[in-house]
Amino acid sequence: MKRWIEANSWTLGLAVLLAALLLATKLIQPGFGASGLDSLARAALPFALATVGMAIVVLAGGIDLSIAAMMAVASVTGAVLMQGATDLQSVGIVLGVLLLGLAMGAINGFLIVVSKVPDIVVTLAMLFVWQGVALLILNAPGGAAAPWLRALTTGNFPGLDILPRAIVFLAVVTALIWLPIRRSKLGLRLYAIGSDALAAFRSGVPVGQTRVIAYALCGLFAALGGLSVTMGTGIGEPIPGPYLLASVAAVVLGGVVLGGGRGGLLGPILAVFILRTVRMDLTLLSVDPNVAAIVEGTIMVAVVMFGAVLATRGRKT
Amino acid sequence: MTMTDTPTPLNRLGRLMVDQPLLPLIGLLILLVAILAVLNPGVLSMFWAGNTIKIAIPLAMLAACQTLTMLTGGIDLSVGTAATIAAYLTATLAPMTGVPPAIAIALASAVVIGLVNGFGVAICRVHPLIMTLGTALIATGCLLVYQRYVIATGVLIPDFLIWLGTGRSFGLPNSLVLFIPFAALVIWAQRRSGFGRLLYAIGANEAAARLSGVRVWQVHLTLYTLSSLIAGVTGLLYLGQIKTASLSLALPLDLPSVAAAVIGGTSIFGGRGGFGGTIVGALILTVLTSMLTLMQIPEGGRRILFGLIILAVTALFIRLTERS
Repeated sequence: MKRWIEANSWTLGLAVLLAALLLATKLIQPGFGASGLDSLARAALPFALATVGMAIVVLAGGIDLSIAAMMAVASVTGAVLMQGATDLQSVGIVLGVLLLGLAMGAINGFLIVVSKVPDIVVTLAMLFVWQGVALLILNAPGGAAAPWLRALTTGNFPGLDILPRAIVFLAVVTALIWLPIRRSKLGLRLYAIGSDALAAFRSGVPVGQTRVIAYALCGLFAALGGLSVTMGTGIGEPIPGPYLLASVAAVVLGGVVLGGGRGGLLGPILAVFILRTVRMDLTLLSVDPNVAAIVEGTIMVAVVMFGAVLATRGRKT
Repeated sequence: MTMTDTPTPLNRLGRLMVDQPLLPLIGLLILLVAILAVLNPGVLSMFWAGNTIKIAIPLAMLAACQTLTMLTGGIDLSVGTAATIAAYLTATLAPMTGVPPAIAIALASAVVIGLVNGFGVAICRVHPLIMTLGTALIATGCLLVYQRYVIATGVLIPDFLIWLGTGRSFGLPNSLVLFIPFAALVIWAQRRSGFGRLLYAIGANEAAARLSGVRVWQVHLTLYTLSSLIAGVTGLLYLGQIKTASLSLALPLDLPSVAAAVIGGTSIFGGRGGFGGTIVGALILTVLTSMLTLMQIPEGGRRILFGLIILAVTALFIRLTERS
């Protein structure tokens, strides 16, 4: 038990911090309850999914700057196709968009492995490419979302008032995709190439293939995130939101080391909710939304700076 | 390892591109102009040339920021924001405070952005890309807050900026008055000054530079501050050219400025390249953009193309200059 606590001290600390923040919210706004939690969870959902995708790539020793642009592509593709589609068709469309996400991520990974250009440059270039694709599909916000899809993340879980559906959705999706991978050989390989690609290669890990899979998973979660944007607003959004910096900040705050190999997914998800709760508290304190954006941006940049200092320290010792 | 001693044509091209990056670039520029002339006969004129140069100059100046930061292996994605903020502040403060104080405040704000970037990159060792992106986000937020307090004051664009931005003398744009000394200074500084040599040294091998006694953090701090200052000056010039103060004035130049530096032969990994190539790169991009507009390719298609160009050129440089 003691060892378990020591190994997960960072995640536990984040959980305590989140609980404290929620308590503070309750103090600021005594009426804060099930509906408040629901709107918090719905606002956090795209950020959380983007962060999960980013965390997987960072664990595998990379970074994906094109994540927000991929989300935009998924969002507009889903919204455009779903306009006027029946429920049955929209199920197919959702699956298609998820496959599209996998494909986009795999293209990113493939280009990195084949061109030998560093991941940061390739995904920067692909950021522009995916942005262009999103604009070609839909020039201005529009399209529609299937009603059942919107119901999936709106409101609270039946029978348990306090639990928002968006959180259930996030937990189920992440567990379904990540847990089998984490337990399998592939999960071990992802961590292996993240902590030392050369050592992994010498131990017989197919480094290139594993890297492509990591980026494909990131693309899959980006597609989920894009769909969740469409679910939340009911339309497709071709201009990427501020998900890139937010996801990197949450990954760092969540205890995943930039450079790879160490950390899990629970920490980053908790970190997303911490950042979102701070934002909500600022709104509840009736701070100007633009000022709130500045405060949030400053927190994120400070977190990333702190993470970079830690990473440099870690490398030296 | 598989390479033989006899140089293949590809190898020779690679050596040519490394030793004389300007020659193939100028060739490409001439080729593009020729294609444009075929597509649309009669477009080439003195007026067209002046116009192209006029449009290319702000791009080339922002690309100077990318060139200098890329020489050390960095990048500065906050230049568009810094330029926009400088332009917006100048236009909105000028009616209240007069032109010189407005410009001073505008450039000071750009310098603050640069100092924050420099602090993050030099002292906290954040990756420049993430750091500059974050500063851009915060700075945009500050601009939005500021904008809510100045709606009533009106906008004034100083006359000399309009003269500089849109005027022509002897058929050539007046912005050359600013650009030629600027370009000469940058090219001189990167080749001959100690600071320029330090940039190349850090980009080629940071550890070696550090061991030779270079205070790397000081160079980074100066570099990012300088980059934002250049961006601020570019913003003033661009304000004179566009003649409106908008909240997203120079943002569309962010990506092309990176593309111009990369096309111009500056390595995104540092240590190689220079501003001469970047100028030609900016001209190539301007001609390419007018070609794409002529062929009625939408904004999305243009972005895809720019992204692919950055990727292809970087991959090509790695392939060509690979020494095994």
